[in-house]
Amino acid sequence: MIKKIKITSHNQTFYEKVKTISGEDIAVCDRCGVCTGSCPLTIEMEISPSNIMKMVQLGQEDVMDYNSMWVCSTCNYCTARCPRGLDVSKVTEALRQIRLRTSFDKIQIDKIPKEELKDLPQIALVGAFRRLTS
Amino acid sequence: MRIGVYVCHCGGNISDVVDVKAVAQEAKKQGDVIFAKDYSHMCSGNGQQMVIDDIKEHKLDKVLISACSPLFHGETFKAAAAKAGLNPYLIEMSNIREHCAWVHFDDKKKATEKAKDLTKIGIEKVRNNEPLETIKTPIGKRVLVIGGGIAGIQAALDLGDAGYKVHLVEKKATIGGKMAQLSRTFPTNDCAACILGSKMADVPKNKNIKLSTSSEIEKVEGTIGNFKVTIKKKPTYVHPDACVSCGDCVTPCPVSMPDEMQWGVTKRKAIYLPIDFAVPNKYLIDGDKCLNIKAQKKTGKPSNVCKLCQKACHQDAIDFSMKPEREEFTVDTIIVTTGYDVFDATRKPEYGYGRYENVMIAPEVERVIVHKGEGTPTIDMGERIAFIQCVGSRDEQLGIEYCSRVCCMYATKLSQLLKSMANVNNEKKELYVFYTDMRTFGKGYEEYYKATQKMGVKFVRGRPAEVIEDPETKKLTIKVEDTLNNRIIESEFDKVVLSVGMQLSEGGNEIAEILKIPKSEDGFLQEAHPKFRPVDTGKDGIFIAGTAQGPKDIPDSVAQASATASRAMRLMNQGEITEEPLKAFIETDLCDGCGLCVDSCPPGAITMRDNKAVVNPVLCKGCGMCIASCHVDAIDLNMYTNKQMLAQVEAALKDKKENERIVLVFANDMCGYKLADSVGTAKKAYNDAVRIIKVPSTSRVTTKLMLQAFSMGADGILLADCESKSSDFAGSLEMATENVNKIKSILTEIKENPERVMIFQFATVMLPKFVMLMNKMAKIGNDNKPISKANREILEKNISKWLFEK
Repeated sequence: MIKKIKITSHNQTFYEKVKTISGEDIAVCDRCGVCTGSCPLTIEMEISPSNIMKMVQLGQEDVMDYNSMWVCSTCNYCTARCPRGLDVSKVTEALRQIRLRTSFDKIQIDKIPKEELKDLPQIALVGAFRRLTS
Repeated sequence: MRIGVYVCHCGGNISDVVDVKAVAQEAKKQGDVIFAKDYSHMCSGNGQQMVIDDIKEHKLDKVLISACSPLFHGETFKAAAAKAGLNPYLIEMSNIREHCAWVHFDDKKKATEKAKDLTKIGIEKVRNNEPLETIKTPIGKRVLVIGGGIAGIQAALDLGDAGYKVHLVEKKATIGGKMAQLSRTFPTNDCAACILGSKMADVPKNKNIKLSTSSEIEKVEGTIGNFKVTIKKKPTYVHPDACVSCGDCVTPCPVSMPDEMQWGVTKRKAIYLPIDFAVPNKYLIDGDKCLNIKAQKKTGKPSNVCKLCQKACHQDAIDFSMKPEREEFTVDTIIVTTGYDVFDATRKPEYGYGRYENVMIAPEVERVIVHKGEGTPTIDMGERIAFIQCVGSRDEQLGIEYCSRVCCMYATKLSQLLKSMANVNNEKKELYVFYTDMRTFGKGYEEYYKATQKMGVKFVRGRPAEVIEDPETKKLTIKVEDTLNNRIIESEFDKVVLSVGMQLSEGGNEIAEILKIPKSEDGFLQEAHPKFRPVDTGKDGIFIAGTAQGPKDIPDSVAQASATASRAMRLMNQGEITEEPLKAFIETDLCDGCGLCVDSCPPGAITMRDNKAVVNPVLCKGCGMCIASCHVDAIDLNMYTNKQMLAQVEAALKDKKENERIVLVFANDMCGYKLADSVGTAKKAYNDAVRIIKVPSTSRVTTKLMLQAFSMGADGILLADCESKSSDFAGSLEMATENVNKIKSILTEIKENPERVMIFQFATVMLPKFVMLMNKMAKIGNDNKPISKANREILEKNISKWLFEK
């Protein structure tokens, strides 16, 4: 079934929030798709980076229900190529921030199996905690 | 003095808000005002006739019309005055429509008070008007057209047919420009060479057109009616009169190189004909590649190297000793049609042009199609072809924001042609166009797009991220998001064609510098007004057409070219050009010969003669920058004299009440005043404290005048000028800014808010910004209270001291 959405002033608030936190003028995204084509991690994503931008434009909060914003590694491939000069990774970062500010942790250390934890490089753990926990 | 005042209702536009009768009554109280009438439509035939009759009957020597903008109806009333035998410069207008009724519609009382004030300001200005004469200079019928592409050809033919003498100058060896390199033209699929060839051939046939190919503009001096042009003709080493275009010289030539007219798709020799249907249809030698010429250049002496072509030529047309020639001539107007260069696709390394052999740019495909049509051997386009759109357009990573307008259509055309050629030959061909947005805006274009879709060309919405070459097979993989299907496509193609955008040509950039005509933000040449003067430039007598002005297709280029021809004829056909007497003049008795004004004048119109300054009216542009440089007030500007300026300021401030705030806005007529009019037309309200006074440029507003205004009680002063790129007057903005900074430091010194004075550069589209600034300036008065009486006295006393010091 195709999802039906409503666009209300509430959507505008969400859009403004992402815009303020990211500092990016998301409204100028044309969805040309260069970000998606450039992204090395789309294979892991449920929705594409350009799809994130368009959903934020209309203030659709369910953009945060998909895993894409967590998958984004901020490699900035998209930013280097965006013809409208947008920094898409700043937008995914803003979305993560909004989610994390609700006392949300994307990863929990006690849920990671001990064996796995042993093998993980420390830098990966530090990076993950900084980016993925509140 | 006998002044007549008219207050216009403008059919309710004014009278619905402003009590026009009260305004007329107030006007009547002013000195020398014989009568003040109100009337429904001053600009109507009856209104004008009333003015004419009154001037005669009441022997009026000054007239004020309180109505709409002088930029709108100024000329109407000047003409009426002239009809009545009154010097047209003795009539003035107060703008109580755009600057009052239309922006203060929410408060009738305040609007009426302001209208009274504006009328009084007008009366004081016209009281100080002097009779002036328009300046007339003769103009001939000679035109220079720079660039022989389709736009230049069209303009030259139009003018030549109309009997004007045209000199068409083209840098390349043939006219025809980029259109001569196209295969077919959308949306009719006419063969470009066929429809252009006959037009090109018309040029040398026209007795009024002189054609100089292989020639470049070296220098242009002077102004409209008297442009002195120097061109340099490169040697072709073939005498055009002797050459019969047999082509026997070509075969023996040992040099082979990519043919630039064929976009490098095929090769040519060092002696060559640029293109089959070249005009002039004469062979020439490429001086950079010919072995003999190269040897000559190396040794500096005549050489005997090669000369195989000379031996082959039975007309004895080849002359290796040919030298560059210079030619000087004078023209009255100039048309610039320098065209475009295609975007350099190597600037998008992710698409691999120049690195991967199977990545092409669209112009190369044009030539491939021509060769296919002619049956000559050419590049094999393979089975699967992808077009990538917006390469060098709409891309802020490259600093190119604009859409090049033609790429959607030419990609559609090329894919359609490739597809239909394959269909005819029963070949299999798959064509994909990856686009950001399809823009098929022109007449018949959407239908053309649909026809192409029908033929089986696939249009995919998504901008490819990168092209990757398989080093073995040389096939190309494109990675792109199909944004309409939320899928990622990674697919292999035999050829990738980049739809490259347009940029102002290198030659166009050089010409812009030589002619000193402005460029707009996108890098193309700028028109005087985007809607109403689309082919004029900021410089009188210079016109622009075709892709030099901005990306456009052939129909638009041709239409613009004809428009330039007509605009140029409009000026030249009159035999003389009139100019406003907006010129500086010297009160010789006052001039003490200090010479400061000489350096203050950017166009160098002021010289010293017998220890007195003299203004050359031909060079003077009327910016008024010289006025501030004179410490004895000996230099002045017609139409905006010191007396007139001061009288207006006095009138604006003399009846200022205790709780009233007055902000003086000195707006230049090109941008500031025009913008204020647009704000009025758009009916955007702002604070009624604002009094707008027209000036030619804000540098006309001297520091002295600003200090006087503050000492008389002005709460704020705003100078509204153009952005520097559209300013008519070099150095004017810098000077005005300097003046404003001086006043700011004086205000700081007496502990007043320095924000009371500011300068702003307006583009004529900045309506909200204008409203915001007007309200801000009016508030500065309110929040900070008026300048204290003590401070006003200090200001008044120290004006001359400060002027001397700062």
